[in-house]
Amino acid sequence: MEIKIQKRVLEANESMAEKNRKFFAEKKVFVLNMMSSPGSGKTETLCKTLSRIMPGIRTGVIVGDICTCNDADRLKATGAVAVQINTDQFGGDCHLAAHLIEKTAKELDLDNLDLLIVENIGNLVCPAEFDIGEDARTVVLSVTEGEDKPLKYPLMFRLADSAILNKVDLLPYLDFNAKEAVDNMTQVHPGMPVFELSAKTEEGFEPWINWLESKVRSKI
Amino acid sequence: MHEMGVAQQMVDIALDAIPVEIENPRVEVLNLRIGKLAAVVEHSLRFCMEIIAKDTPLEGARLVIDQVDVKARCKSCGHEWVVEGPAFRCPACTDGTVELLSGRELEISSLEIAD
Repeated sequence: MEIKIQKRVLEANESMAEKNRKFFAEKKVFVLNMMSSPGSGKTETLCKTLSRIMPGIRTGVIVGDICTCNDADRLKATGAVAVQINTDQFGGDCHLAAHLIEKTAKELDLDNLDLLIVENIGNLVCPAEFDIGEDARTVVLSVTEGEDKPLKYPLMFRLADSAILNKVDLLPYLDFNAKEAVDNMTQVHPGMPVFELSAKTEEGFEPWINWLESKVRSKI
Repeated sequence: MHEMGVAQQMVDIALDAIPVEIENPRVEVLNLRIGKLAAVVEHSLRFCMEIIAKDTPLEGARLVIDQVDVKARCKSCGHEWVVEGPAFRCPACTDGTVELLSGRELEISSLEIAD
């Protein structure tokens, strides 16, 4: 006997993400999901971003890692409210799911925030698959990785609303071809804005900050 | 990497779908649709299903996976095509705005219960 089901396996996550999205809309908080591979410079990019947009844009950060509170500590030093999620002390989940965001967002005073940035777990595969109720996604790639990463992990770049090519201050010392990397990103996602910048020197930051600010202002 | 979680969700959904009036049900086949863009590795999913389904009516069930092609449509010229590589530029007009029609599926279509 065959029983028809026709159900999406990740339906539970998707409906929780929709619930989060409605909740954040009521609170008039713009939610940005930031993703990348480990070591691309997400946290440093965020620290420099926060120092430029605050206090004009009141920002909170949820940071996901498998272990340690190092990232939350670095972000708190900028004056932002930062909450750490550890998925598992001994190497657990590879992504943040919507229910974790729902639970953690309650620890933040959302009535006094305009922007919530979720720094996802360093991984170019799984976080792409899990909607958390965000308004936009930004993927960070650094010039110490391969130019072909967008082609190897197309879903991540396909679903991103913008991309950052980080650590461009290192380009003179590397064989990395920045043009090829950007071409690969726009092949996977034609029309996606790509910001070439250095979180260390803050070269190239203005276009990124302008993009982020205009997104946030369109919601609040 | 999250195939264990996916397997757990699949078993939960499948068990919910088995009519309660069936005594000692045994699922023979689980029919799945998985898009080629979905971040799921097939052999890893099969391995995880074996573990999660143990001691449930799904133990030993065969997984039949229908792999769904990645299809796209160009919003400018209306051209539809099967995306073979990771490039999402319209091959007809090379314009930028492309929408995905399929390829992200991760669904249980049906299950087959032994009579």
